[in-house]
Amino acid sequence: MKFKHFSAAFVAATILATSFPVAADLTYPMLSYRTGPYGPNGTEFADGYADYFTLLNERDGGINGVKTITPECETAYNTAKGVECYESTKEGALIYQPLSTGITYQLIPKVTADNIPLHSMGYGRTSAANGKVFSHVFNYPANYWDGASVIIKHISDEEKGDLKDKKISLLYHNSAYGKEPIRTLEELAKKHGYKLTLVPVDHPGQEQKSQWLQLRRDRPDYIIMYGWGVMNQVAIKEATNIRFDMSKFIGIWWSGSENDVLPAGEKSNGYKAVTFHGVGDDYPVFDDIKKYVKDAGKAAGDGSNIGTALYNRGMYAAMLAAEATANAQKIHNTKDITSGQMRDGMESLKIDNARLKTLGLEGFGPEINVSCENHGGPGLAAMQQWDAKAKKWKLITEFVESDRSVIDPLIAEDSSAYAKENSLKARDCK
Amino acid sequence: MSPLFLNALEVIVNGLMAGIMYSLVALGFVLIFKASGIFNYAQGVTALFAALTLVGFQTGQVPFAHLINTIFGTKIHHWGDGFNTILAIILTMLVMILFAWLLEKIVLKHMVNQAPIILFMTTIGLAYFMEGFGDLMWGADIKTMDVGLPSGGSLWLEDFTKGWAASGTEYYGMYIDVLDVWAAGIAILLVVALTLFSQYTKTGRALRAVADDHQAALTVGISLRTIWIIVWSLSGFVALVAGIMWGSKSGVQFSLSLIALKALPVLILGGFTSIPGAIIGGLIIGVGEKLFEYSVGGLLGGATENWFAYVLALAFLMFRPQGLFGEKIIERV
Repeated sequence: MKFKHFSAAFVAATILATSFPVAADLTYPMLSYRTGPYGPNGTEFADGYADYFTLLNERDGGINGVKTITPECETAYNTAKGVECYESTKEGALIYQPLSTGITYQLIPKVTADNIPLHSMGYGRTSAANGKVFSHVFNYPANYWDGASVIIKHISDEEKGDLKDKKISLLYHNSAYGKEPIRTLEELAKKHGYKLTLVPVDHPGQEQKSQWLQLRRDRPDYIIMYGWGVMNQVAIKEATNIRFDMSKFIGIWWSGSENDVLPAGEKSNGYKAVTFHGVGDDYPVFDDIKKYVKDAGKAAGDGSNIGTALYNRGMYAAMLAAEATANAQKIHNTKDITSGQMRDGMESLKIDNARLKTLGLEGFGPEINVSCENHGGPGLAAMQQWDAKAKKWKLITEFVESDRSVIDPLIAEDSSAYAKENSLKARDCK
Repeated sequence: MSPLFLNALEVIVNGLMAGIMYSLVALGFVLIFKASGIFNYAQGVTALFAALTLVGFQTGQVPFAHLINTIFGTKIHHWGDGFNTILAIILTMLVMILFAWLLEKIVLKHMVNQAPIILFMTTIGLAYFMEGFGDLMWGADIKTMDVGLPSGGSLWLEDFTKGWAASGTEYYGMYIDVLDVWAAGIAILLVVALTLFSQYTKTGRALRAVADDHQAALTVGISLRTIWIIVWSLSGFVALVAGIMWGSKSGVQFSLSLIALKALPVLILGGFTSIPGAIIGGLIIGVGEKLFEYSVGGLLGGATENWFAYVLALAFLMFRPQGLFGEKIIERV
């Protein structure tokens, strides 16, 4: 009899529990890399990413009352491991931000089939900005080609608008990532009349003597760098060795972290990099991170990298994911969203300056306006410059627009080639 | 002289300097292979570990700080300003000797008489262990290596050679990194010291005896285990020198362990058992890859050095399978 009562109570409790849906945790799997040759960079990004979600949990009780979780899977920046991590974490995942162009390329068909959005912020396949072809891939607020274009705009400003016959060299990681800006820079060379020289560096880039002897002989007016990891540190050191004017050495955002300039010491003073977000920790959101996360002993790292370039980028990526989640909850009128609904939230994401101020990030980045056609966002970027004495980056320009007249046709061309290769029909975005 | 010739000369000089840097790494491999027949896969990671330890002592970092903080809830990172460079180098060497001793006690003594492939696999395991252990002990962030060695292009050489080019031609003087010159000097000192040690000291002669014939050395009372400790310590010292030189260029970080990849063609070419072979092999690889990149690289899209070094080494292998200075293995049946 007792058993009967117990069974009935158990069944009743189960029915009761399942009849009122309880929102599950919002899951943001992190395909991070804290080990391997790119570990120092991956760690800072991952810390920023995790700390922002911890902040939302600790300060706001999650996103609209639903807690967030960030299960980590170590990829060591290895594409095969990245795909394994994706497969093992995709159950319940809302979004992937893998911080690797190689992993991004592999995941594009997979996420599309699994109806999970992929956000490759400032990396990955540049033409994914065309939402008509890449339904599940987003690369707002800026992509590699925007970066190249904004660098050329900056150089043009420095040269008072006249780039004719100027010599510009591209020092690049000899990989799919490093080769991304070549076409854009070639198109811009036709438009502005500068002479472009290509100087590849093989992975990992520990030894670059030949490249720098060549650059020293060529005497370029400017050097643009698309590097990652140890390649950046060695290149900056070699540039100081040949006494190249550091203010004319400009990196993409993946060549613009403290890790890249500190080993070269004070000689790296004046080095520049393009960025799509703010630098330093002088934004109110960092006060909250220190109060609710670091001081509470809940930081992903030891808290020493708060405000570094890559920490900020990780934090920014998390913020964009969180804002898209809130948007998805609003448009679908549910707190417990699916990955498909998350995709919708990303595709109609709008973040204006007022919202950035509310988030404690006033001036940290440009306004963002994503649409069905445009998954690449505004394409705005600013220049940052290294102050070696203060050991700090400082923004030296406003966020400026890339050259759409060159980039948009390139995006259209590359994305339509992808659609053709994969027999995809462009979406109707009306 | 024509600038073209002077540029080629500059490439050769810088190739020699790069070759010395490769040799510094290759030397560590040779020392261990000579004495124990082990191809030490962990040599690159040993250089990283030694460099991490040196910077840790220099900057006063508390070892295992992250682990201690996680377990005890403390917030310790540094114990002070750190030791001066000389003291830090001595302490690092002591750590490397302790490491060699522990390695022998815990791992190597169980590997006596095992097949070479087992010993090789052991060093693979060791490499991964040291990678993680180094991270745990000193952290994975990039550290600046500064032992006071000058670096940067030599202004003196630049000015001195500017006038060598024919008048009216565009030439900016010859470039050489002062740090590379220091590396070359240190490498020469290292080779001289190792040669003197192996020729004129009792321990050195014992090392050579073990290298020649393990069994014969054992029968005359030489302790193989002691020799292994000495040889792994010596290799740790060479790894420290390599770690300082390479770390001064790129900062101390995980990628430092990948310098081993640069040593492999040097070993193939110079032979696994010859100290002079490591130096000469390094110089040939350095000059060969730089000249190829300078003269042909542009036609092939650049970045040819990584693969050309191996092509060059394999080309030598076709004529001397044991490497230029390696011992020819003759097995009688």
